[in-house]
Amino acid sequence: MRAILQKEINLFFSSLIAYISMSVFFIVMGLNLFVFEGNIPDSQYATLDSFFTLAPWVLIFLIPAITMRTFADERQSGTLELLSTQPVTDTQIVLGKYLATLLLWLFTFLPTLLYFVAVKQLSLTEAPIDSGATWGSYIGLFFLGAVFAAIGIFASSVTGNQIVAFLAGVFMCYLMYDAFFRISSLPVFSGQLDYLIQAAGLNAHYDSISRGVVDTRDIIYFLSVIALFLIATRTALESRKW
Amino acid sequence: MSISVQQLSKTYGEQKAVDAISFEVKKGEILGFLGPNGAGKSTTMKMLTGYLPPSSGTALLNKLDIVSQPLEVKRCVGYLPENNPLYYDMYVKEFLAFIHQIHLPGDKQMQKNIQQAIELVGLQAEQHKKIGQLSKGYKQRVGLAQALLHHPDILILDEPTTGLDPNQLADIRQLIKDLGKEKTIIFSTHIMQEVEAVCDRVIIISKGRLVADDRPGNLQSRLSGSVAVEVEFAAPASADALRQLELVHRIDTHSETHFTLHGKDSIQLRKDLFAWAVSQHNPLLTIKQETKSLEDIFQQLTANAAR
Repeated sequence: MRAILQKEINLFFSSLIAYISMSVFFIVMGLNLFVFEGNIPDSQYATLDSFFTLAPWVLIFLIPAITMRTFADERQSGTLELLSTQPVTDTQIVLGKYLATLLLWLFTFLPTLLYFVAVKQLSLTEAPIDSGATWGSYIGLFFLGAVFAAIGIFASSVTGNQIVAFLAGVFMCYLMYDAFFRISSLPVFSGQLDYLIQAAGLNAHYDSISRGVVDTRDIIYFLSVIALFLIATRTALESRKW
Repeated sequence: MSISVQQLSKTYGEQKAVDAISFEVKKGEILGFLGPNGAGKSTTMKMLTGYLPPSSGTALLNKLDIVSQPLEVKRCVGYLPENNPLYYDMYVKEFLAFIHQIHLPGDKQMQKNIQQAIELVGLQAEQHKKIGQLSKGYKQRVGLAQALLHHPDILILDEPTTGLDPNQLADIRQLIKDLGKEKTIIFSTHIMQEVEAVCDRVIIISKGRLVADDRPGNLQSRLSGSVAVEVEFAAPASADALRQLELVHRIDTHSETHFTLHGKDSIQLRKDLFAWAVSQHNPLLTIKQETKSLEDIFQQLTANAAR
């Protein structure tokens, strides 16, 4: 597994993938916070709220773009056969690729902590900005990216076409993030059901952690969704054996 | 027995890609795997290397079961898949290090093993390039190096010589022959001369069935029930007169002096021909037995199975 992890990391950093993903995320989010309309200097509010609202939408596109080649490319070029006939299990292949993506996401994510520092410096009041909620939001955002990575890898494992993998990944990320919330607010479900449907989506748990309370239920939810998609990925790889 | 295949079958829906194939390969033997396209060669190899599970039957490689011990089997097998898939954006050494890491993580011999494999397949000049930049022949060598890297006892090579130029062909064949001295090798091919030149034994499969399993030489004699003899006389001879010879069944007339006789018992036929020529005072310029080539045998066997 370590060999696969290392190979994937090397691939990210020897191509432009890693640098583009890191700079795109950092620059887009920075522009949104400090330059574009509604920015912090204009609005006079030292808060990262707009960052945490926009970030999931950027990630819905960014992460499937990172993951789209993981399996689709190997399937297309036939190297999946080469890899599968080495003494590794399918689980190790999936985990190696997932952990590599997770590391890249961590590298993309870490620089944005600078915004926290910057906003703290901007704050004029004696009382600093709500650190608890901000840290919670950062943790929530990291998990959100981790879930998107699992979804993206799954999308890549079911096809040999990278564009299909990207589009399917974006669509599934959107479904998991927003669609449950939208569906739950349909009038049909008002009453008991809406809460349950909402709880099945990522949005509700992301918001819940953002309030600054790191609830184990949310963490367990994120981890289960990751596990679910990784198991589905392994199943997709094993489908050749059916 | 290094490899023992027992009633191995693979079914896709209704279609039987491989139909109850059984054979054995001894240690140090080079087995040629022949068959028309779509006969089930690659499928069989994919099953032996653990990429596809068999629908029924099994195989033992180094006494390890491909169904119940796939990881152990993969450890002792070097596999060159069909079309030689490689990571084109990796460097040759980077790729070999990756494969080595998978087989033997943290092994101190890695650099030595990589260098050895590179020298064995003759990649020295190209070892610092990206795989994508190499020519087809060199890519093939990278694929072979990858299969040899961890010193496997068994090599399974799926069409290792397709797309190579004649010089490269000779090199790779010699390499396979050399490797065959200590390893057990199965390789598939379309090229008959290759089988004659390299293999100790040939297996021919057609439509998923095993239709022949023998030494290349034996295959030839087994099927040569009918022989052809090419003769050329100094002076014109009549085909009708030749037809009078006891053992001749049929005559192809190429010219007044040049014929091909089809018949039985090549030795007696040639003796009779000589005696006839002497009796006619018509000197023989050529007398040549045409042996059936492996191509003919292959066509005959696979055509029979098709019917």
